This record gives sequence, structure tokens and C-alpha cells, in this order.
Amino acid sequence: MKKYTDTGKKDTRSGFGDGLTELGRTNPNVVALCADLVGSLKMQDFIDENPERFFQVGIAEANMMGIAAGLTIGGKIPFTGTFANFSTGRVYDQIRQSIAYSDKNVKICASHAGLTLGEDGATHQILEDIGLMKMLPGMTVINTCDYNQTKAATIAIAEHHGPVYLRFGRPKVANFTPEDQKFEIGKAVMLNEGKDVTIIATGHLVWEALQAAEQLEEQGVSAEVINIHTIKPLDEAAILASVGKTGCVVTAEEHNFLGGLGESVARTLVQNHPAPQEFVATMDTFGESGTPEQLMQKYGLNAAAIVKAAQKVMKRK
Amino acid sequence: MPNTQQLEDFITQVRRDIVRQVHKVNSGHPGGSLGCAEFISVLYQEVMDRKEGFDMDGKGEDLFFLSNGHISPVFYSVLARSGYFPVEELNTFRLIDSRLQGHPTTHEGLPGVRVASGSLGQGMSVAIGAANSKKLNGDKHLVYSLHGDGELQEGQNWEAIMYAAANKVDNLISTVDRNYQQIDGCTDDVLPMGDLKVKFEAFGWDVLEIENGNDIQQVVDGLKEAKSRTGKGKPVCILLNTEMGHGVDFMMGSHKWHGVAPNDEQLETALAQNPETLGDY
Ligand SMILES: Cc1ncc(C[n+]2csc(CCOP(=O)(O)OP(=O)(O)O)c2C)c(N)n1
Ligand SMILES: [Mg+2]
Repeated sequence: MKKYTDTGKKDTRSGFGDGLTELGRTNPNVVALCADLVGSLKMQDFIDENPERFFQVGIAEANMMGIAAGLTIGGKIPFTGTFANFSTGRVYDQIRQSIAYSDKNVKICASHAGLTLGEDGATHQILEDIGLMKMLPGMTVINTCDYNQTKAATIAIAEHHGPVYLRFGRPKVANFTPEDQKFEIGKAVMLNEGKDVTIIATGHLVWEALQAAEQLEEQGVSAEVINIHTIKPLDEAAILASVGKTGCVVTAEEHNFLGGLGESVARTLVQNHPAPQEFVATMDTFGESGTPEQLMQKYGLNAAAIVKAAQKVMKRK
Repeated sequence: MPNTQQLEDFITQVRRDIVRQVHKVNSGHPGGSLGCAEFISVLYQEVMDRKEGFDMDGKGEDLFFLSNGHISPVFYSVLARSGYFPVEELNTFRLIDSRLQGHPTTHEGLPGVRVASGSLGQGMSVAIGAANSKKLNGDKHLVYSLHGDGELQEGQNWEAIMYAAANKVDNLISTVDRNYQQIDGCTDDVLPMGDLKVKFEAFGWDVLEIENGNDIQQVVDGLKEAKSRTGKGKPVCILLNTEMGHGVDFMMGSHKWHGVAPNDEQLETALAQNPETLGDY
């Protein structure tokens, strides 16, 4: 199996912050907005270098989305920053009408997604945001897996015209994708080729999928691991090619199984090539307080859960 | 009714509980919690008419809603020490499988909590609904709510403020924790809110100010005054001037302690400044 090494734990939100700083230097049209969470979103460097291109809106996310929509009129490329919950559910209609329906070039950048936000608990741990965002016509939905990928994605979405939802997280996690890997919106990344089972993962679950594949290899199972960072538009060709070969799939995400990556994969398979699928995801539940590791264990979102799901799905072939 | 010394002891113990809770899990929000220790303690110990035990409907008693849910440490301490659940349970703050979630919720069934809060700006609307419900039930009791000042930047508050005045929700006392701090800095640097008294009055509220919300007597007097102004056709607003981090000298007056836990050494200092009164959990 292909070896991946963690080059040192880093948070994905720092990837966003550093990507934004780079954009500040290279693209004069990039502007940033924040709703009283500058530190959490790692936006301070951008602000220091480009104070006139930063808009602090206070604790007023709905207003932030509207201002971002307006900033695009005149050619600015606004990046909004707040927690995933307040980037989506809080402001759904503002995004729907002023951004998505109006086809505005706003980049909605959302940190602290999912359970790994930890101790703040369920009020802040949104597990429904991928679903909310992917249902909006014209919205691009991206969930990155490590620091390098988040930084590359942040830079790449500035070049893409149209609304984008970029989802990342709070904790320090393995950084393992190549620093110079180009981020191609809508293009799956093949991490490991295999023949017995396909594991399709997004976000923090990608590293877990690689750990799972290693454990499966020890059991004599050859697992193909694909990183889907763009949930919409979905790389259906990559998914169909892989599942056509392995005959079964496990999807893994830090999100509700209703409305997430898994459902998008299932829909693709049903329409083209029905195959057994197991979901590693939260099962229609809210989260709770706890450390990220404890929560991922309790809600079944780790390598062990992926291994179990792979064993189960292979029996269903 | 407790006397002044008893109230003082209660509040000192609440301060200990706050810093001990957040220190243990190295997370949570001590700043706003410490600043509101007098207010929430006086409310539960001295002002609110409360029944024994807890039921969700709260008929025949006063109700309190914490809209700025991040100051859960002070809320949990006051609830526990007012008899809603065992004080030892403060040990489980923010731990997995606990009823004491990072932000207060009904989901785990913690007695004393009637709606989840944490996502800011939603509590006043809920308090208005509960106040309307009391009126429909012919229940003369009052509804109290507490809000951060930064929290008032959320537009939903102003929808609620407009609604409450227009609909003469005069059994509601909404208090603003005016500490002039939020996460990214002073409220005046992040997004100045101007003269809140003038704004609330312009929306049709009866507004009173407590000059020093960390002075027990002023809080007692202010809350009693607010109570006397209910039932007169206007919702009542208290502007409660507090100091973020009050009672722990190195935390006082700075937004830096909004959501940061003290380390071991800082905990010792904080506890030394607030000697044990009612017994630690
Ligand atoms: C809708 C929403 N947006 C953002 C946050 C993140 N947040 C938590 S507390 C806080 C600052 C609140 O300021 P204030 O109400 O003045 O409380 P204080 O810091 O004084 O305790 C922010 C922005 C949140 N909890 N909810
Ligand atoms: Mg404040």
C-alpha cells in the first residue's frame, strides 16, 4: 500500500488563514469579512497586511452574507469567515437568495465543522451543513482533509467564478497531502489503488480512511482509497470507475448520513451502477461536548469504524 | 431571603465554581461568567419567585432564559447551588456523556434549562414567547432573560425588541450584560452599538441602568426596581454595567479572558482571591 506520512499535525483552519494571506498578496480583488471570530478563523495576517480589504461585521452573520453579495458587484471576491454553523444554517436564506440564486461570487469559508469542534457541544457542531449547501443550485461544496489541501483549496476557489462553500475544522490533524499538490475543484484524488473495496472519504475522515486501509491490508484486504474533497460537483466518473472494479463502497464523513457525501455517492451508484454501500457518518443525531477523539470514537467516525464497515460491505457483494 | 453576607458568600463560591469548571477541561468562558456572578446569583437567590423542583412548563413561577449561553459556568453553578441538580455534577462540565454541555441544552435533560442557547441572538424571542404563554395562562409571574452586549449585534434581537414593545409584553425583564467586550476586542472597536438606553427607549422599552453590576446591593435594588416597573404596558430592559472577569484580578476588564481557561498557577491565584465559603464540590 502507498505510504502516507504525517509531516506534523496542523489545523485545517490555519491552511485557510495562510491561503487567504497568500491571496491577499496575489489577488487585489480578494476581500475578507468576519463576524467576531478573527482568531478562530486565522484571519489576522490577512488583516494586518490588507486592513482596507477587511470588513469586521460584528456578531451579525446574516448581514455579513448580504454585504459579501454586494461586494461582488464591482468585482470584489469576498471570503466570509465564521464557524460552519453560523456560515450555513444561521444564514440559509441570505445565502439562497442574495448569493446562490443571484449567482454571486462569494466564498463562504466555514471553520469548526462537525464533532471535532469538541467541548463547545452540539449548539456549535453542525453535522448538516454539507446537505444544506449541496442542495442549493449552483453552489460548489468542498470539504478539505488537511492543512495543505485547505490552503490549496482556498487559493483555488478564488479563480473559480461562482458561490463556493469551503468547509474545514478546528483541531490539529495529520498533514499528509503533498504541499505542491494542485487543487482541482471537482476532481477526486486517488490515494491508494485496491481491488476489494472502495473507501471514499472527505474531510477529517480521509486520514482515518488511510489508517483503515493499512489495517485492512494486514487482514489481506486490498482497499482503494479515494479522497473526494469536492462533494459538489461530484467526480462521478472516478466513483463509478472504482466501484465498477471493487463492487462495493464505504463512504466516510464527519456529517449526518442524511444529506452528506454518502448520499451523493449512493445516488450516483443507483443511477448508474447499483452496488452495496455502508455509511460511516453520524446517524441522524446531534453531537455533544467531549474531546474530538472521544466524540469520533463514540459516534463511530474513525479508522476502526471504517474497517468494520468495509468488512460488512464486502460480505454484501 | 438570604442576608447580604450570605449572598456575598454564595457569589464567592460561584466564582470558585466558575474557574474550577473551566480549568478542569481547559475550555469554556470564564470572563462573562465572572462578570455576571452577582446578577444571576441575586436573581435566583433573592429576586425570582421559584417553585421547588423543576418542570418545563414553569407555571406559577418566574422563569429565566440565558441567551448568551457561553456563560454556562455561572449558570450551572447558580442552578446547582440553588438546588436544581447535585453540586458534584459541576465536575462533569463539558465532559463526554454529561448533562452539563458546553452551552446549556434541554437535550440531556438538565433541570433548570428550558431552551438551548449558544448560537447567539435567539433567547429574547424565546423569552417573549414564554411571557406571552404566561399571559394566556393568566399566570402573573415574570420572565427574565440575559444577553451579552456583543450578542445584541445579532439582528434577531432587534426584531424581538420591536415586537415586545409593540405587543406590550410587560411581564418581561431583559438584561444586557454591558461589559463592552466581545471575542475580537472591545465592542466599540468591533462594532460600536451606540447608546443602548436611547435605542431601547426609541423602540418603546422602559430602560433602567445598574451603574455597577458587580455591586450586590446595586443589583438587588436594580432588579427590585425593574420588577416594580412591570405590568405597565412596556417591556423592561436593564443595562447592567459589569466588568468581564470580575473578581479575578488578572482576568478583569479584558476580552482576552472571554473564552480561555486558566492554567494551574492561574487557578491557584484565582482561588486565593475567592476563598471557599459554601464548600467546593
Ligand atoms: C450566532 C453566533 N455567532 C458567533 C458566535 C461565537 N461567539 C460566542 S461568544 C461571542 C462573543 C459574545 O460577546 P458578548 O455577547 O458581549 O459576550 P461576552 O464576551 O461579553 O461574554 C461570539 C462571537 C456564537 N456563539 N453565535
Ligand atoms: Mg460583552
